Amino acid sequence: MAARRRPFWLSGRGAVAGIPYLWLFVFFLVPFAIVFRISLSEPVLAQPPYSPLFNADGSFAGSLFNYELLFDDALYRAGYFNSLMVAGISTFITLLIGYPMAYAIARATPTVRNLLLMAVMLPFWSSFLLRVYALKTLMADTGLVNALLLGIGVIDTPIRMLQTDFALYVGISYTYLPFMILPLYATLERLDWSLVEAAEDLGCRPWKAFLLVTLPLSVPGIIAGAMLVFIPATGEFVIPNLLGASDTLMVGRMLWDTFFNERDWTLASALAVVLLLLLVVPIMLFQVVENRRQGAEA
Amino acid sequence: MSRTGSRVALYSVVVGGFAFLYLPLIVLVVFSFNASKLVSVWGGWSVEWYAELFRNEQVLSAAWLSIKIAIINATGATLLGTMAGLALSRFGRFGGRLLFTGLIAAPLVMPDVIIGISLLLTFVSMEQLIGWPVGRGVDTILIAHITFSTAYVAVVVQSRASGLDRSIEEAALDLGARPFTAFLLVTLPMLAPALASGWLLAFTLSLDDLVIASFTSGPGSSTLPMVIFSKVRLGVSPDINALATLLIGSVALFAGLATWMQIRRMNRT
Repeated sequence: MAARRRPFWLSGRGAVAGIPYLWLFVFFLVPFAIVFRISLSEPVLAQPPYSPLFNADGSFAGSLFNYELLFDDALYRAGYFNSLMVAGISTFITLLIGYPMAYAIARATPTVRNLLLMAVMLPFWSSFLLRVYALKTLMADTGLVNALLLGIGVIDTPIRMLQTDFALYVGISYTYLPFMILPLYATLERLDWSLVEAAEDLGCRPWKAFLLVTLPLSVPGIIAGAMLVFIPATGEFVIPNLLGASDTLMVGRMLWDTFFNERDWTLASALAVVLLLLLVVPIMLFQVVENRRQGAEA
Repeated sequence: MSRTGSRVALYSVVVGGFAFLYLPLIVLVVFSFNASKLVSVWGGWSVEWYAELFRNEQVLSAAWLSIKIAIINATGATLLGTMAGLALSRFGRFGGRLLFTGLIAAPLVMPDVIIGISLLLTFVSMEQLIGWPVGRGVDTILIAHITFSTAYVAVVVQSRASGLDRSIEEAALDLGARPFTAFLLVTLPMLAPALASGWLLAFTLSLDDLVIASFTSGPGSSTLPMVIFSKVRLGVSPDINALATLLIGSVALFAGLATWMQIRRMNRT
C-alpha cells in the first residue's frame, strides 16, 4: 500500500463535501448550542438582553430558571400539549385525504399522472402565506362560505369559523397536504404491483389485498409524509396566528410572542430547546426513512 | 365493499381533495377583479386593486428586496447544495457522513421558529465575539435563507445524481478525460435539470419565508412576506388578492410550460 491515497478530508473531494458541511455546521448545528446557552441565562435590561453565563470571578452563573418557569406554568404545558395534539390530528387528516390522492396518481396513465402531479405541486410553489390568506377570506364571517350558506338558507346567522380550532385544522391540512402526497406518491409509484395482483389471483379480495399488501409496502412513504407534516406543524406560527383561536395555545405562537412582544430572549430560547427535545425522535425517524429512500434509489 | 363501490369512493376523495386544494385559490383570483371592497359581495369586474397595488410604494420596495434576496439565495444555495448532493451520492462512506445526512435532512422539517431564533441569537453572539455581522439586515436574512435552502437543493441533486448512468462518466475517464473535465462536460449537463429545479425551489422558499426573515431582519429590511403579514393580520385587503393572482399566474405559467414540455418529450420517445 505504498501509493496511499490522501485522507478524504484533505483531498479535492473533501473540499467539495467540506464547504457545505462547514456552512451547515456553523449556521445550523452551532446555533442550537447557542440557544441552549442563552436559555440558561436570565433576562436583563441590557444589550444583548440576557445575563452572562459566567460571573466576573469565572464561576458558573447559569441556571435552569427558565425551565422551572416552563414546567411550573400550566399555560406552557398546555401549549406543548396542544401543539402536539393539533399537529397529530392534522397529520391524520392529511393522510386520510392524501393517501387516496397519491394512490390515484400512481395508478394513472403517464400523461394524466404528470398533469395530476403538477396540480399537486402548483399550490406548493405558490405562496404559503397567501394560501392561508385565501382561507381567511373564505372563512370570514362575511366570507364566501357564509354568504353561500346564508344564500341557500341553511343557516340564518353566519357561522363563526375564523379564530376556531376548525379553521386551524383546515388551515394546516390545506397547506401541508402536498407534503403528504409527494412522498406517498414516490413510494406507491415504485411499488411492485405484481405482488398485489398475485394476492388477488390467489383469491384475496381487492380490499383485503390493499390492507395486507399495498398498505404495509407503503409504510416508508406514510412515515416520510407524516413527519413532513407533523414536525413543522408542531412549531407552526402563521396558521395559529391568522386562523386559530387565541385560547388554543400553540408553542410556535408562544415563542414568537415571548420573543417579539415580551422581549424575553432567554425564556423564548428555553421554549425552543424544549420544543426541539420533543421533536428529536420524530426528526431522527424522518432521517432514517430519508436515508433508506435515497439508498433504495441509488 | 364492492370493486365499483371502492372506485367511486376513491375518485370522490381525489376530486374532493383537488377541489380542496384549488377552490380557495380560484376564489382569491376571481375576487381580485372585484370592484367591491367586500370579499363576499360581487360588485362587477374591475382592475382597480391592481392599480392600487402598483401605487403602494411599501409593497413594491418589499417585493423588489425579496426578489433580490431570493435570486442571491437561490444561486448560493444551488452552489452549496450541489456540492452536498454530489458528496452524499458519489463519495461513498466518509468520516462524519451520518452527521452530514442529518444536517441535510433536519432543515427540511425543522420548525421555522426554532431556525429563526437560533440563527438570530447566533448572529448576536457572533457580533459580540468577532464584530460581524454588524446588526441585522439583508446579509443576515441571506445567510439564514441559504442555510435551509441548501438542504432542499442537496436532496434534489442527490436523488438525481444517484439515478444517473455512471458508465457514461466512466467512459469519459477511460478515454482520458481528467476527473474535473469529465465532471464539467459529462456529469454537469446530466445534472442540469436538477440544478434548475433546485434553483427554482430555493428561489420560491426564500420568497415565501415569513418567520425566519422576521427573526433575522433588521430595521429597513422588511421583505414582502413581512409586509403581507402585517396587512393580512389587520384584515382582508383586496390588493393582496391582486398580488396573489399575479404570483399564482406566473407560477401556473411556469408549471404549465414545464409539464407541457415533459409530456411532449415523453410522447416523442
